Amino acid sequence: MDTKISEYILAIVTNDMTKVQGGGCPVFYAENAEEKEKISLLLARALGGVVHDLENGVYFICKH
Amino acid sequence: MDNYAVVILAGVVAGFLSRLLTLRSDYRHYPAFPHGYFTHLSLGFIAACLGAVAIPAIAKPDYVAVTFLVLAAQQFREIRNMERETMTKLEETKLVKRGADYIEGIARVFEARNYLAIFTALITSGVAHLFGWQYSLAAGIICIYLSMRLMRGAYIGDIAEVVDATVHFEGSLLMVDDVVIMNVGLPETREKILKEGIGVLIKPKNDDARLTLHNPGQRMAIIHDVVSILGTKVDINETELVPLARKHIDKGYLAFFILPNEPDREILKQVIKNVPLIETAQGTALKSFYGRKAAD
Repeated sequence: MDTKISEYILAIVTNDMTKVQGGGCPVFYAENAEEKEKISLLLARALGGVVHDLENGVYFICKH
Repeated sequence: MDNYAVVILAGVVAGFLSRLLTLRSDYRHYPAFPHGYFTHLSLGFIAACLGAVAIPAIAKPDYVAVTFLVLAAQQFREIRNMERETMTKLEETKLVKRGADYIEGIARVFEARNYLAIFTALITSGVAHLFGWQYSLAAGIICIYLSMRLMRGAYIGDIAEVVDATVHFEGSLLMVDDVVIMNVGLPETREKILKEGIGVLIKPKNDDARLTLHNPGQRMAIIHDVVSILGTKVDINETELVPLARKHIDKGYLAFFILPNEPDREILKQVIKNVPLIETAQGTALKSFYGRKAAD
């Protein structure tokens, strides 16, 4: 059985850098809401995570 | 000697029939057909033989043989381990898991049904020995009927009602009626969920039922059974559409959410009602004094 990391934030996508501070995971800056959605979708598919919305313009991709 | 042959034959036939009739390969995909099926029939046959020769061995009397029979019966304990191991291994590659509780429940049933085959064979051959083979026919039929009837177990439909509910969003939170299911980020995914998602509430009828539904293992069993009949749109890197069952923490009912391949709400409700209750998950609070006191 392989070991996996779960319940872990893999990436943060935002168009407002003032809402996010550096931490343990990469932060992707998007110009607008549309780009933010696109980046989130691509990241989620590539990483096998789920996109969550913090409702303040910040999306994050989490592995469950 | 001829007499014993009839006695043993009666026992073996009844025991084997009992195993055959309690073995079902259905939507749970277990045991697999035909090889898994055949393994269990063979074991059932051995169990029936064991049960059938016990009475003639005592009657002969051959006590050494009886001791060996007891030793042989111990082997059937291994069935549970075997089933558990197989299913746990299969679990690793499953997108929607059965859960440890369900696996344990299934493994127990397999073990118990072999014991039932032994007892059926034992009683039938006993009756054949004491009263003649004509009576053993009736004894065999009664034993098989009892083992199918009494070991039936309970279903979700016995302890809970399943009612319609609406899937909607509050901000980014996916809700089924008033229960929060999960946070969904992407607007596209939200639209898809609103269009194709189905939600139902599973309302427990009493406190015991509430405790049963509280058990995550029981919830995994519900989700697994629904998915194996209605399908799901979840895929390996597409985990957002995963079916979930969450509890209303104050009222104790479950909210169930799924994006099925076959969007049929009535069938979904029927499937949930027919999910077996897991033996180890069943709440029994009302059987205890304090449980009854706390309930009123």
